[in-house]
Amino acid sequence: MILGEINIVKHQGKQFIKDLTSVTLPNTFRGIPIISEDKVAENEIIDFCPVNAISSKNNKLSIDLGKCSFCGDCQHQFSSKIKFSNHYKMATNVRENLVINQGDPTEIKLDALAIRKEIKSIFKRSLKLRQVSAGGDNSNELELGACGNVNFDMGRYGIEFTASPRHADGIVLTGPITKNMAEALEIAFNAVPEPRILILAGTDAISGGIFAESNAIQRDFLKKYPVDLYIPGNPTHPLTFINGVLELTRKKFRR
Amino acid sequence: MSNNKSYSYVSVQNTSAIEFSNIPMLSYEVFTEQVLAYFNAKDEIHCLQYFAIPKDKGFQFIIILANDATHEILLFGHEIQALNTKLESLTQHINAFHIFEREIHENFNITFLNHPWLKPVRFSENRADKSKKISNYPFYKIEGDELHEVSVGPIHAGIIEPGHFRFLCHGEMVKHLEIQLGWQHRGIESLIITKNKWLQRSILAESITGDSTIAHSLAFTNTIESLAEIKLDDNLILERSIALELERIAIHTGDLSGMNTDVAYQLGSAVFGALRTPIINFTQRWCGNRFGKGLIRLGGTNYPLNNDLKIDLATVLIEFEKKFKEMAEKMFNLPSVIKRFDGIGAVSTTKLKMLGVVGMVAKAGGISRDIRKSHPFLAYQNLNFEHVQFEHGDVMSRGLVRYHEVLQSISLIKELIKLHKNEEEFQKPLYQLNLKSNKFCTSAVEGWRGEIVHTAITDEKGNLKQYKIKDPSMHNWKALELSLRNLEISDFPINNKSYDLSYSGHDL
Repeated sequence: MILGEINIVKHQGKQFIKDLTSVTLPNTFRGIPIISEDKVAENEIIDFCPVNAISSKNNKLSIDLGKCSFCGDCQHQFSSKIKFSNHYKMATNVRENLVINQGDPTEIKLDALAIRKEIKSIFKRSLKLRQVSAGGDNSNELELGACGNVNFDMGRYGIEFTASPRHADGIVLTGPITKNMAEALEIAFNAVPEPRILILAGTDAISGGIFAESNAIQRDFLKKYPVDLYIPGNPTHPLTFINGVLELTRKKFRR
Repeated sequence: MSNNKSYSYVSVQNTSAIEFSNIPMLSYEVFTEQVLAYFNAKDEIHCLQYFAIPKDKGFQFIIILANDATHEILLFGHEIQALNTKLESLTQHINAFHIFEREIHENFNITFLNHPWLKPVRFSENRADKSKKISNYPFYKIEGDELHEVSVGPIHAGIIEPGHFRFLCHGEMVKHLEIQLGWQHRGIESLIITKNKWLQRSILAESITGDSTIAHSLAFTNTIESLAEIKLDDNLILERSIALELERIAIHTGDLSGMNTDVAYQLGSAVFGALRTPIINFTQRWCGNRFGKGLIRLGGTNYPLNNDLKIDLATVLIEFEKKFKEMAEKMFNLPSVIKRFDGIGAVSTTKLKMLGVVGMVAKAGGISRDIRKSHPFLAYQNLNFEHVQFEHGDVMSRGLVRYHEVLQSISLIKELIKLHKNEEEFQKPLYQLNLKSNKFCTSAVEGWRGEIVHTAITDEKGNLKQYKIKDPSMHNWKALELSLRNLEISDFPINNKSYDLSYSGHDL
């Protein structure tokens, strides 16, 4: 009886990714975009973007990854101008850092000085998070679930999702915040004991994404409470999430 | 039935566009009579969609029935001339209509008389009565000294979407479960009309529910491409079918992991969880996104399936199949799993028919219902297969449907890869397209959960006038409620996971 199970374990081999900070994702993966100096009809690109993430200032294009739906259609339509790289470390604590300008290096960092002191002292070894989906399409939720699976094994860092906000150190919000969920979200957030953190995972949570102009969403919650970490993606890749949270909470983080 | 000349309807094939004016509008009496006659005559008839559109001072109602035996889709409707009209409900005769009539009632304040359950569906932004709030849902009550209520949600213990569950219990025994949804409502149907770029609409379609990105995207592209009379290459059709089967494999495998978690079988939970990874990672290598976002576009794709990818996929599937079978055979023969699956949450075929369940839940409960067979789309016409069928309507059957569908999808993909040709040229997406005017098109796609139905109507200028979406969860949530009757409340998680219904797909 048990032999069968031992065989299964043997055939599975080692599933966990040894070093989550140095994985290379396939070239097709859409991470931080690179905007070239190529001359193109900027208005066409700006108009092409389905979520108004592309804008232009002094003839320089920029893409706001907080709004970007990562559809990647622009890199196929305007291939000389935009190319999404496979750089997945996209999380930051400063909203403006999500805006990638023409000629920028393919790097998004956290601003160490802007991180509240207690985060690195209290949450550096153990961080329990409560996830709240407020209109998320469940792809983000599945990826957050995958963070704890045998491949990514986020639990090795003491970072886990809890069942109750009372046991949590913070909230990970997904979805554009529907009107129907606005109240429940706020109740859950306020049920988390202080000090607490607020993480936005995915484009929908950061800006509303494709739903930004829907009259079924209600984003006042974000006017009331400061955000500690923005993690872009549609959905957020587990590696983007884990690296972002590590950079936020660890004293030392190797990029 | 079609030889009965007194019936008035148009018959179409899945995804074919017709003149909207060809759909006959009957009086409500004749309409009701005709619907009831269809349902009383044959089991093979089920309702794909029934909805209302505002017209002048009243409303136009369209019903879309699927005849699984003759592979036809039947269309007809009725009209009312004034607001606040009261109609005798169809639900009092055929329960399966409850969700459609509730939706029409919620949005347009049309009262359906003798409807046993005329409650809000999703508290949508465009509902007729804004005084109805999601925090004030009229739950069913039972009075009794020893009864108590357990209320769970909208936020749940796991990393899942929100929904509210209200259990009426006698001790630990659930007498009745009522599920209240709507928390996820983002207004997708209205957004598809108001967003005027086609790329925006494609992104909306792939955001309806992330675990069915491919299936919903395909229902969308099928509908719109038909209205724009776009012809697709064979290769593109094959690639889309492969993507749909890959989605089925990935989600079924992930759900088997979840089902093992809920019965505390750690090995199954970990192994199926790990097995889902190579499948979605292949999808990521193919199109850059583990859920297939970006892959399905109108008129073409940015990510053709080249030869390297085909070899990659074949290799992934060989390795996956071996490990999947090994784990599944162990798990489905394990007494501790069998004890927690077998006979748990069973709903009889008769009841499931009454509810009009579709897809996986139907196939697990003795109802033969699979759009790939009954109303073939994409490449399914050319594939020789019989859909998986189980009878008991319990957790075990829902697990077995997943197990066997995964194996079947693998062999379907192998067939599809064989038919796929190595070509340099491929169809690129269209970002500008013109739809034919005054047309109607409905497209059904069998996603892993069941039939997804998208319906579009264009106006005289060829603009989208109406867009309706139906996720299979619209029907199947009621079956989960019935599953819980006379079960211990502790059996809820495993039942819920065995259905794995969509919140966002239901709430839209």
